Amino acid sequence: MAEPTTVSSTSPALDVKTPEQPAGINKLAGPATWVDDRLPLASMFKYKNKANFYVKKVFPDHWSFLLGEIALYSFIILLLTGIFLTIWFKPSMAEIEYEGSYQLMRGLPMSEAFASTLALSFDIRGGLLVRQIHHWAAMLFVASATIHMLRVFFTGAFRKPRELNWLIGVGMFSMSLIEGFAGYSLPDDLLSGTGLRFVDGLIRSIPLIGTWAEFFIFGGEFPGDLVIARLYMVHILLVPALLLGLVVAHLALVIYHKHTHYPGPGRTDRNVVGYPFFPIYVAKAGGFFFIVFGVSILMGATMSINPVWKFGPYNPAQVTAGSQPDWYMGWVEGAIRIMPNWEWHLAGTTWSWNVVLPGMGLMGLLFGVLGAYPFIEAWITGDKNEHHVLDRPRNVPNRTGLGVAGMTMYSMFWLAGGNDILATQFKLSLNQVTEFMRIAVFVAPVIAFLITKRICLSLQRADAERVLHGSESGVIERAPDGSYSEAHVPITNDEAFTLTQHEQYPALQAGPSLDANGVRNKGKGVSALRARASRWYFGQEITKPTAAEIEQAKHHADEDESTKALGH
Amino acid sequence: MSVETSKDVERFPIPNPGLEEHVERFTDVDKAAGDRAYHQIVMMLASVPVLAIAFVVVYFAVPKETYLSVFADRYNAQNLLLGLTGGLAVLLIGVAVIHWARTLMSDEEMVEDRHFAASPDADREEIAADLAWGIEQTGIARRGMIGKALAGALGVLALPALVPLADLGPWPTAELRKETIEKTIWAPGMRLVNDVTYQPLKASDLEVGQLVNAQPEKLHDLHGTAFQVEKSKSSIIIVRMDPNTIKIPESRKDWHVGGILCYSKICTHVGCPISLWEQQTHHLLCPCHQSTFDLGNSGLVVFGPAARALPQLAITTDAEGYLIAKGPFTVPVGPSYFERDSSLDFKEGDQ
Repeated sequence: MAEPTTVSSTSPALDVKTPEQPAGINKLAGPATWVDDRLPLASMFKYKNKANFYVKKVFPDHWSFLLGEIALYSFIILLLTGIFLTIWFKPSMAEIEYEGSYQLMRGLPMSEAFASTLALSFDIRGGLLVRQIHHWAAMLFVASATIHMLRVFFTGAFRKPRELNWLIGVGMFSMSLIEGFAGYSLPDDLLSGTGLRFVDGLIRSIPLIGTWAEFFIFGGEFPGDLVIARLYMVHILLVPALLLGLVVAHLALVIYHKHTHYPGPGRTDRNVVGYPFFPIYVAKAGGFFFIVFGVSILMGATMSINPVWKFGPYNPAQVTAGSQPDWYMGWVEGAIRIMPNWEWHLAGTTWSWNVVLPGMGLMGLLFGVLGAYPFIEAWITGDKNEHHVLDRPRNVPNRTGLGVAGMTMYSMFWLAGGNDILATQFKLSLNQVTEFMRIAVFVAPVIAFLITKRICLSLQRADAERVLHGSESGVIERAPDGSYSEAHVPITNDEAFTLTQHEQYPALQAGPSLDANGVRNKGKGVSALRARASRWYFGQEITKPTAAEIEQAKHHADEDESTKALGH
Repeated sequence: MSVETSKDVERFPIPNPGLEEHVERFTDVDKAAGDRAYHQIVMMLASVPVLAIAFVVVYFAVPKETYLSVFADRYNAQNLLLGLTGGLAVLLIGVAVIHWARTLMSDEEMVEDRHFAASPDADREEIAADLAWGIEQTGIARRGMIGKALAGALGVLALPALVPLADLGPWPTAELRKETIEKTIWAPGMRLVNDVTYQPLKASDLEVGQLVNAQPEKLHDLHGTAFQVEKSKSSIIIVRMDPNTIKIPESRKDWHVGGILCYSKICTHVGCPISLWEQQTHHLLCPCHQSTFDLGNSGLVVFGPAARALPQLAITTDAEGYLIAKGPFTVPVGPSYFERDSSLDFKEGDQ
């Protein structure tokens, strides 16, 4: 027989228990506690001197720091709009007869890729808008990344400890060109097919392996039926995944190294001055994402881009005059156009230097030089310090000169990519434009370097002048003897500090070629070449005023004042 | 705040004055200005739902094929209105939030110390010791073959990983090249037909100075990929020039029909279809990279990046007077590739 259950008077089941109430006053405290019980977010984000990321982490403020942000946000916009496009786009080169709503092409044979691009443009509501946002965001992405790199270059932000992040940036930059090219090849319209035809010629021209590379990439002869599906994989999976990984690494390093800041009062290599991540940058950077997105949408709404229905489906026997790639490939296009027609015909083989040098060679050269630059500069300067205060470009005349020379060379190649447009628009001879550009790509950078360096040195002199003698007041005084002079007013201490904050290095000296025992000093010390490079790099800089000089100038000015006051 | 070292003193002729004085904003000192900013922010955020609803209305209510004329240009109404409503809504959120941050949130600058990127020496030594301990634990120092064998095993794995990629495409061996990039469907007796209509062309239809884009007659039978591949190679241009104004070398004196010459349309540079014809100079210009060929002189390059003459197709007429090919191209058409034997191309001075 079962016994009746007995309940002990001390059983905990009898206790009345209310769940613990969160102690916080905040409404979010409940959920936050729930999360923190499982993930120790509070410990991760609390302020600790050595923590890498916390709620109040300080970021400096400057408009030029927004350039990289634009690139980041465009990338996010590209991911979002890209997902929408993949829902309808068909990456197939199979031939079908068009039966969509664009009357002018009904009944035409075309690839499924092109037909589905037309469907996105005409049949799916909002499809054209998203297509255009996607293309404009791609333009913004490459443009802002390019300008961001220029900012980093000219301010010396690539110096120690940020060389790795510069290399990641160069990697992302090169990948974004591949990504862009793969993207505009997908619609399989006349223009993108022409671009692919060009790339086919480019790949073929590689010595030794060109034909094999062509057959492997296109799955046989051009155009074949595979390349769009393969480029689709590259465009939506391979490169975006790599880019995303590099973006994360890039940002993680920015957080770890803390952002650089411009020179100014209170700013040093040992601190960072700015505003806290929360709430200021959550609002500013978050708000800026919406601004970039909003502007991209407005561009997609009002500015037509890549109207493939005007070009028609790809036809290997047609091309439009004025065919050009998207702007960021323009420099390669220009190099291809102005290259002399050098080709070797040796023992039954063909070496197409006219295609492979300007195509593959130039791209390799740009990315190689960009990647190597921080290390070359460190080798020349012998500088092993960490740098967190940015350079004002004028204070590094040779770097600034080299940067402007590089930009000029890029621009000349880029302009050469539109040699036909230049010729028709300005009523010039196409042949003369081409010949001119062949010379300009080499001469213009030299001129740009010399001019830039002189401007930098002049600006340095002006800075020194300003520190020593103050700012021109605009007041012309007439002395009793009839002479005129302009009075100078002293600049603020803050400004004087900003103008004299940059470091000036001595040029490296070559070490002795023989050591104390008369043995050749190979591989040790500074080589003669390195010393020469260093002398060239630092040789002509304007020495910034010393404390004694400033003191003396101040004294001098005071004397002037007192003599005036005495009426002498 | 930062610690000034002796190096800093040497570096800075002017001592670091510390952060500049904080200047209060208009919205900090004037309550009315602060309230105005507050109202602006709320108004901007309040218009976002209105625009979002407008977006949905446009999506369902505006027909796809309505066009608006704005500044003398035609805009698709749905695209324009969806973009304007959606774009403004998104933009306003951003503007409102940044306005908030700039006018109402604190703008006192803060200073944070930096740390060196490098780990302290003690940390490095500790890690080095841990790693050394771990290596010791593996016993690899005594039994070194394990490490070598593992490295070798992993290295050899590259083979099975990479070899399957050998099927990315067919291998362009000499035989395959002869059947693909070195071959077109041109054959003796094949008619030359108009590029668009596929009508066969009669010699008598062409005037002096005329250029016709043409194809082999058999191209019409091909479809899909085969069609595109063939069209990328077989496309031709036919020009009629006055035989007295052009140079016809001895070896090619039977290749033309009364001044009607036929060339490959595919540029020898990177393969664009060439089409810009200068009737008086007999020059043909590629619109892609401006290589210029002299069709009155066996297609030799006169300007631009192309290095080889345009391949010429020998033609004649059939019994009915239609233009036909005498045979295939004598050299591969299109852009260069490494294995191409370019010694047979027509060169300056050839007869």
